[in-house]
Amino acid sequence: MLIELKNVTYTYSPGTAYEIHALKNINLSIPDGQFIGIIGHTGSGKSTLIQHFNALIRPTSGAVLYNGEDVWEENYNRKNLRSQVGLVFQYPEHQLFESDVLSDVCFGPMNQGLNREQAEEEAKKALLQVGFKEKNFRKSPFELSGGQKKRVAIAGVLAMNPKILILDEPTAGLDPKGRDEILDQIAELHSVRGITILLVSHSMEDVAKYVERLIVVNKGEIAFDNTPKEVFSHYKELETMGLAAPQITYIMHALRDRGLKVDPNATTISEAKEDILRALRESGSPLLKGGQAE
Amino acid sequence: MGIIKTVKLGFDYFKYDEDGNVQETQRAVDNVNIDIPEGEFVAVLGHNGSGKSTLAKHINALLLPTEGTVWIDGMDTLKEPELWKIRQKAGMVFQNPDNQIIGTVVEEDVGFGPENMGVPTEDIWKRVDESLQKTGMTSYRHHSPNKLSGGQKQRVAIAGVMAMRPKCIVLDEPTAMLDPNGRKEVLEAVHQLNRQEKVTVVLITHYMEEVIHADHVYVMDESHVVMEGTPKEIFSQVDVLKKYRLDVPQVTLLAYELKKSGVDLPDGILTTEELVNVLC
Repeated sequence: MLIELKNVTYTYSPGTAYEIHALKNINLSIPDGQFIGIIGHTGSGKSTLIQHFNALIRPTSGAVLYNGEDVWEENYNRKNLRSQVGLVFQYPEHQLFESDVLSDVCFGPMNQGLNREQAEEEAKKALLQVGFKEKNFRKSPFELSGGQKKRVAIAGVLAMNPKILILDEPTAGLDPKGRDEILDQIAELHSVRGITILLVSHSMEDVAKYVERLIVVNKGEIAFDNTPKEVFSHYKELETMGLAAPQITYIMHALRDRGLKVDPNATTISEAKEDILRALRESGSPLLKGGQAE
Repeated sequence: MGIIKTVKLGFDYFKYDEDGNVQETQRAVDNVNIDIPEGEFVAVLGHNGSGKSTLAKHINALLLPTEGTVWIDGMDTLKEPELWKIRQKAGMVFQNPDNQIIGTVVEEDVGFGPENMGVPTEDIWKRVDESLQKTGMTSYRHHSPNKLSGGQKQRVAIAGVMAMRPKCIVLDEPTAMLDPNGRKEVLEAVHQLNRQEKVTVVLITHYMEEVIHADHVYVMDESHVVMEGTPKEIFSQVDVLKKYRLDVPQVTLLAYELKKSGVDLPDGILTTEELVNVLC
């Protein structure tokens, strides 16, 4: 058990006319090693939620526990917590500031008390891990493309060796290939380094493809918390929350409505493909060229 | 000649050293020839850094050609006296809604453009009313823009452009920062302007799904236009698009994968309906 939220409530500007209940009585536990997706429309409270995970904001009531300890106890070392729970904000490329890439990534580890040499070692490791090429280490961060900047920003957090990595829409504004590359690298961090990943996303297709657990935030509450497949089977309810199912789910429902016996809960292209092929075979569809479809 | 026409358009970005001498040049757009008829809905695809935003900024003369010519409604953008007229013909909407809104109340923000053009007051109000109505934002006219959602803010930005009564509107990734609902709202508003007001639309996007209803698609790579055609023609070429770091809509990709596995399907299926009709 790593992070636990117990009855967490957060209110912006309490006691004023602008009072907003951003989170209401949230109970959540994030165990070691999961790859979790968080979805919710703009203003649903997901950004407020993720800032509780590394104690950037203090709950109005309720408790945040890290390995069983209350992070808002008087003597709790929150600085240490923040290097274990790394948070990559939306548009992280706007936060790059150093004169070259390597120095930028060294900033975090040096703040943790490493000397320049040790920090560079961590920085290089992190940069290579996000697929950033060594020949570009000395470039100014401002010369880089959007995708490269995002990689540098993620490496900046990764260099602190966090146990948990939280990313707030890491692929916004990237072209499709860049998006796939970044997400593949995040998936690799999860599988190779065993880092727990929390991915905030507006793309239903991306969460369907990558995560094992999907949390849906709506009006400051957890609406669903289950496997993507289970969550997306509630697509009608998701729509009322300003969300949707992946396109594939809609296609499968449409096919089923028209009589092709497919599983309407498929969420990814490969799942859908296999299932449609199976259904076509079973119905002896003339669309299958003799024996070619395996 | 169409409302937007470029001939051999080339553009260089210059990098200067500390003494102001040109250190290096980078070609962002090279030998681009496009001709967009009035009233069309045109989409431009291309990976980050392919030159599509640079091209877009030529359409309302925010950038001027290093080489070649750009005509907007018959006016050459290199001719100084035409500059303001051109900017009124072609409005732009950018990616980040927060960078484009200046008014403290929605209706004021929408009125900013015509006010700058010297439109008489009662006329400004008429235009504000119309634009808000066309983008479905009338009920928010007295709201503060910073309390709106991303999709609503973008619609205010579009209304602000519409109030200048442009003949064409260029949108540079207007949905990149929005959630699914916001994306839908903005897209619907843009399509409606195109259909009902006959405004020529140039939409730059990374979301392939937003392109399927366009009349014409241009694909850019390495500062050139490398593909053009109808969405069907473009999305039939899955492998070529992948080479250009792009993608196809999920339905198209699914149909493509099924076809590879031996299902007899036509190329370039763009909508769920098409796929369902062929399969069932």
